[in-house]
Parts: sequence; C-alpha cells; structure tokens
Amino acid sequence: MQQEAILLGSEAVAHGVRLCRPEVISAYPITPQTHIIETLSEMVDDGELTSRFIKVESEMSAIAAVLGAVSAGSRSFTASSSQGLAMMHELLHWYAGARLPLVLVNANRALGAPWNIWSDQSDSFSQRDTGWLQIYCETSQEALDTIIIAYRASELLMLPIMVMIDGFILSHTMERLLVPDQEMVDDFLPPYQAPYKLDPDKPLTFGAAAQPDLFYELKKTMSATMLEAGPLLKECERSFAAIFDRAYEPVIHCPEGDEKADTALICCGATTGTAREAVKRLRQENIAIDLFKMRLLRPFPQTELIAALEGKKRIIILNRALSYGVGGTLSQELRAALYNLDRRPVINDVIISLGGREVFPETIMDIVKRRKELSPTASNWL
Amino acid sequence: MNNMPDIPRFHGNSNWQAIAAELMEPGHMGCPGCGASLSMRHALKVLGPKTIVVMPACCWAIIAGGQPTTALDVPLLHTPFAVAAAVAGGVRQALAAQGENETTVLTWAGDGGTFDIGLQGISGAAERQEDIIYVCYDNEAYMNTGIQQSSATPPGAWTTTTPTGKDFRYAKKDILAIIKAHNPAYLASATIAYPDDFYAKFEKAKTARGFRFLHVLAACPSGWKIASQDALKVTRMAVDSGVFPLVEMAADGNLVQTVKPAKRIPVADYLKAQGRFSKITAEEIEIWQENVDKVWMTPEKINQKNG
Repeated sequence: MQQEAILLGSEAVAHGVRLCRPEVISAYPITPQTHIIETLSEMVDDGELTSRFIKVESEMSAIAAVLGAVSAGSRSFTASSSQGLAMMHELLHWYAGARLPLVLVNANRALGAPWNIWSDQSDSFSQRDTGWLQIYCETSQEALDTIIIAYRASELLMLPIMVMIDGFILSHTMERLLVPDQEMVDDFLPPYQAPYKLDPDKPLTFGAAAQPDLFYELKKTMSATMLEAGPLLKECERSFAAIFDRAYEPVIHCPEGDEKADTALICCGATTGTAREAVKRLRQENIAIDLFKMRLLRPFPQTELIAALEGKKRIIILNRALSYGVGGTLSQELRAALYNLDRRPVINDVIISLGGREVFPETIMDIVKRRKELSPTASNWL
Repeated sequence: MNNMPDIPRFHGNSNWQAIAAELMEPGHMGCPGCGASLSMRHALKVLGPKTIVVMPACCWAIIAGGQPTTALDVPLLHTPFAVAAAVAGGVRQALAAQGENETTVLTWAGDGGTFDIGLQGISGAAERQEDIIYVCYDNEAYMNTGIQQSSATPPGAWTTTTPTGKDFRYAKKDILAIIKAHNPAYLASATIAYPDDFYAKFEKAKTARGFRFLHVLAACPSGWKIASQDALKVTRMAVDSGVFPLVEMAADGNLVQTVKPAKRIPVADYLKAQGRFSKITAEEIEIWQENVDKVWMTPEKINQKNG
C-alpha cells in the first residue's frame, strides 16, 4: 500500500527516513534543513519512530556521532546543508574511508560570504571528491524514494550516500506524493547487519595508521567499489521500481525533450522542473531541444551519459555550482566524460543560478534561443 | 594475571590482587617511561574487557600500533582529532538502541584533543550527559607532533613552539573547572604515580552513569626532558608540590582532595627536575609557588579555585 499525501519536501524526507528505521539520528540545525530534523524529532517524541536522536552542538559532531553509531552496528541518519556540510568536510573523507554505510540528506544551499540561505549546489559539489555517492533529486517523491534506495545500496557497498534536495525549492514546497507503508519498505530494505563492528566479544581495531603501500591498496579497493556502485545502484533502482512502481536511473531523459533534437539541455536537481516547462514552450515555438537530468554525480555515470547524448551536436549545461577560475562544476564533469568521443559535441557552460537567483522558464528559453552566440569555451553568465 | 611488581607501591594498601587480566599487549609503540602507556594499561585493568575505546589523534593513536597490529585486546575506534567525544556518544547511543547497557565506552584523548581542538565536542557530550568515560591523559603539549605548546602547557615550559618558555601571562587552562561547570556524573584528577588513588577513581568512574571525566597527568620523558626511569618520580613530585592536586567531585558537587602527600615539596624541586623548565627564572618560580600556595591542600581553597 502507498498512501497519497501532500507534504513539504522536508516532511517527505523525514517519512523516507522513518520508513528506513534508523536506530540513531544525529543532527544540528541549519536553514533550510531544519524542517527535516524538526519532523523527525516529532516522530521520535510521538513514538512513531524508535530512534535515539542525538542533538549535538555542531555539524562536525553530528557526522561524528553517526560515525560512532554505525561503527557500533546501528543504521543511522543525519542531514545538513551549506556551511554545515562544509564543516563536516574532514569527517566526510574519514567516513567514506572507514567504509561505513550512511544516508545523509543535504538541502542544497549556497556558501558564504556573503550570507545567503538560498539554493545552489556549491555545497555538495564541493564534496564530490570525498568518496560519497551523490544523488540529486528533482521532486520530493524522488527524495523520499531515493532515501530508501540509498540505504539499501549504501549497506551493500559499505559506502555512504549523500542525497540532495534543493533548499526551499523542494524542502519548503508542498507536493502531492505517495508514501509507501512500512511493510513494503521492510520487504525492500532488510535490517542492517554490520559485517564488522565494535564488539567486546570480538575486539577489532578500526582506522589505525596504514603504511603507504597498504594505504594505496585500500584506496584502490575503495575506488573499485565506487566503480561497481553505479551498476549496483541501478540494480537497487530496478528492484525498487518492481515493488513501488517508480523508476529511477543515473541519467534521466525527460519526455518533454525532443529526442531527435541535436541540442540537449543538461540539468541537475529541481531546476529540471523549470527546464521541462521551458522545453515544452520552446516546442510550441518550433524550437526542438532535448532535455536530460543528471541524477547521479558520484560515481559519475559516464557510460549512461555517452549513450544518452549520442548524436547530439550541442550540449547546454545549466550549472548551479562554480569552480572559480575554471567554470561550472557540472560542465567540467561532462567535458571530462565526453573527451574521448570521436565526435565531441560543442559544450556551452552556463552559470544559470547561484545563491537562489530565480530561474524562470523564460530564463532557460532565452539561453536556448541565443545558443549560437554562447561561448563554447568560456563560462556563459546571464 | 596479577603482573604488578613493576608498579611502585607508595601506600601499601592496594587491592591489586583482585585486579583482572592485562588488556594491553607488550610490543606497543610507546616511548620508554611513557606515562600515557602506563595509564592505559592500568585503566583497562579496572575497566575490564567489556570496554570500547574511542581515540582521536594523539600519541596513543600511534602507541596502539599501525595496521595490521594492535596493542589492545578491546575494540578500538580511531577518530579525527576534534570529534572523539561525539563519536563515543554515538557508539554508546547505538549500543543502548541495541539494548546493550553493560559495555563501558571510553574516550582516551591527549591534552591537545581535550583542552584545545576537541573542547567544543566535549562540552556537547557533557551537556547531553553521554554515558561515557572521557579520559584526558595530559602530557602538557602536542607530544605526538614533536612537542608543540597546547593550552595545557604550563607557563615557563619549553616546547618547540615556545623555545624560550611559554609566556607567564598564559596560565594552563583549568580543565577541571570547565568540566565541573557541566555538572558531570563523575570528575577527578589522577595519576598512575599514585596507583591506589588511580584505581579507586577508575572504579568509581566505571560504576557511575552519565558523563564522567578523568584528568590524568601523564609524564612524557622526551617532552619534559627527563630520564625515562624518572617519569613516575617526577609525576609524583607534581602531586607532592601541589602543582597537580589529586581531587574528585564529591556528592555535593565540590572538589575534594583524595591524596594528601605525606611531605610537601617546593614547586622549585618539581620544576628543576625537568629540562623543559631549564630557562625558568627565580622570579617565575616564586610566582608559581605563590599560586600553588593559594590553593594548597585545603578543600575549601581548591573549591575557591575551581568555582
């Protein structure tokens, strides 16, 4: 059974988490993640969720507390955003290196200075080298579902997964969606069985210093697991679809796009919704544009991306994160992925929004109409 | 195994015979005379095999051994520098969620990880009354990185970042007062140079529930510039001179003295026994002696000092 409900994105996340039965939750409040942990706190206080909620004094302690809890064998959860995720940075590396599973939900928000609470993706894009899987959601339904999928994948891989929702655009917006019942989720997601844990009856040491040769080998293994993570995640998404009737893929072709068009727009996160509308309207003006959504950023779905973009002559990438002195971060990822193609498309790097600057369908339509004027090398700013 | 003859016995009234097996193996990476190594060995004897150790970056992160070796026969989780208290809290909460309430979760951190980079996380764990024992083995500098000053380094002490001695304007941070302000379940200072007292305090910490904190002075022969065979002797002098009073928090929340040394010695004797204080002036020794005199040996005075 799946119950229809109208929920805030943050509430949808909380329900996704509740259904996965974490034994420990630890978090520190930051806008726009707060509704997630408020809803979870209510669920714990109401007895709807049997978790221990550790209300810590910083994001660094939040990720540290779940590191301890998962090391002791308990499924756990944390959520953050922006400055908070940046504060976790050291522990994000450590966590993945420790080969522990976790689902962390990040409500995407800009990083200061100056202060800005609105959405862009610079917070999580800055963490793409930490060894976490990264999945970006377009809708609250997708976020709820992805949390369930992510726990399963994470515990099979023994690698942590970061699930992204756009701050405010998703977190603070109501959406009609389906909330699966507990039995369905229990069938899909078995309880976490730690292969190794802190256990006085079987004492083991975790994280002790590794000499260079061993360190290199451990990282090689982790990198290999990350490469296996793509196919494994797809498998989890397929078995999820079989039970819950909602399908997800690493690179999603949006049906609003025109498959035959030689120009494609690439989006990531909730901007995709706006792009869908823009592409529909462009079609009414007889401008054919294809549209893809990057759901998975790590591991980078190179094979799927190359297959999806076959025959395209121009790729317009709508970036909401920037690597200063290079350009849009998503553009760099795609440039690297497509470099070995015999016939490489023109890539237009567009910085569509930072710090929550509004993206209207018209904003995207205008970019598409000006596509031949866009620089193929430099970043294109509005 | 009652393997205790190498521990100096000053009081002769110990119940060591009752103490259980070794949980720290020979072949660890500690330096000769290392107070931190000795402290762990005896702490684990009291705490027993149902203990999980959580450890940030510190000397002990090396002493325990690199992969694939370990010096401990209990589970050990290494953590980044600033977060050992939070990690330990998470471990304990997870065990509780699993219905396991017997195992002691022990954070074992140096003075850098406690007085400096880890302080915020300790404050959080103490406020939440995380059911853990937090031990700070204090060797009074960043010894593992090569003897740099920390906020636990006493004034006048040489370190590689205080080559002419730590400025006398900067006092050693009063960690007991800081933790006491959090209303911990148990709080004490200890040193293995007074083993009866050390054992009794770990025993009390083990049975209490909630956030427990032990401040353990641990000599570092290379950092203190003393001979390794003098480590315990010098640590004892810290207590006997009043520089490091042995106290614990009583039921009424006040700190009370637990060991009254038979003979009080001048602070100068303690300082002069260590190469790290070789540049200290007579005037500075006098200031130090006056400061110690202010709190010397009376519980009332200790409590004045510690708030």
